[in-house]
Amino acid sequence: MIPLLQQISLEHYVVLACLLFSVGVTGVLIRKNAIIIFMCVELMLNAVNLLLVAFSAHHHSAGGQTFVFFIMIIAAAEVAVGLAILVMIYRNMHSVDIDKLQNLKW
Amino acid sequence: MSEIAFYVLSAIALLSAVLVVFAKSPVHSVLYLVLCFFAIAGHFILMNAEFLAIVHIIVYAGAIMVLFLFVVMMLNLNKDSDQPKSNFGKLGAVLTGGIMLLVLTAASKSADTSMAQVQSLGELGTVQSLGKALFTTYLLPFELSSVLLFAAIAGSVMLAKKDID
Repeated sequence: MIPLLQQISLEHYVVLACLLFSVGVTGVLIRKNAIIIFMCVELMLNAVNLLLVAFSAHHHSAGGQTFVFFIMIIAAAEVAVGLAILVMIYRNMHSVDIDKLQNLKW
Repeated sequence: MSEIAFYVLSAIALLSAVLVVFAKSPVHSVLYLVLCFFAIAGHFILMNAEFLAIVHIIVYAGAIMVLFLFVVMMLNLNKDSDQPKSNFGKLGAVLTGGIMLLVLTAASKSADTSMAQVQSLGELGTVQSLGKALFTTYLLPFELSSVLLFAAIAGSVMLAKKDID
């Protein structure tokens, strides 16, 4: 194995993860299609994963990587259940527009 | 060399992330998200986290995004069906995202990470060392996650079934 990484500071990864996370937050707020909102949540999870691996590399310990592994497991479970709920919503309302799901709003 | 790789991968990840949000059709969003995941897997390889890079590609790009694509195609959403939000809502969303970015970067500035270097993970990123960690220190969470996955399978089958009675 060749050590590829020498010159990049931790700050670069922190800024990159912040940017990705903010893009995800903006996407959740700006879109009305529930599937795209789900994808933006995945984007935020990935920003956190990237940051955890960067800190794991910085501290040179395997703990951060196992956390990333568990986050992946939870993301898989969340996506399976969430998409099943979305399919049910589509079956009942014939749309995945979150503005139409307002029965609990008032 | 690694700096160039870092900046190229970051640019791909950020650009495709923005395109996920602003793409017209949901199918394009899914494909851009796959591209973003590949770029993040490239970052993992750059840090020598081989196991996570492979798992990331298999689980995210392989399984989760195919599930998304499947649902998008099954629900026939490949045209842009949602009416756009009002300009006021869009402005608020972008402002909130920008303020979020500002707060996050400001908070990380106070941590003073500018001098900290990211070393290569070396042996720590291999399947062997992570497997050892998972089956010794993190054995209980590892086994519990199998219960979680089983519950997720059962729950999604229950939810997606046509008639539950």
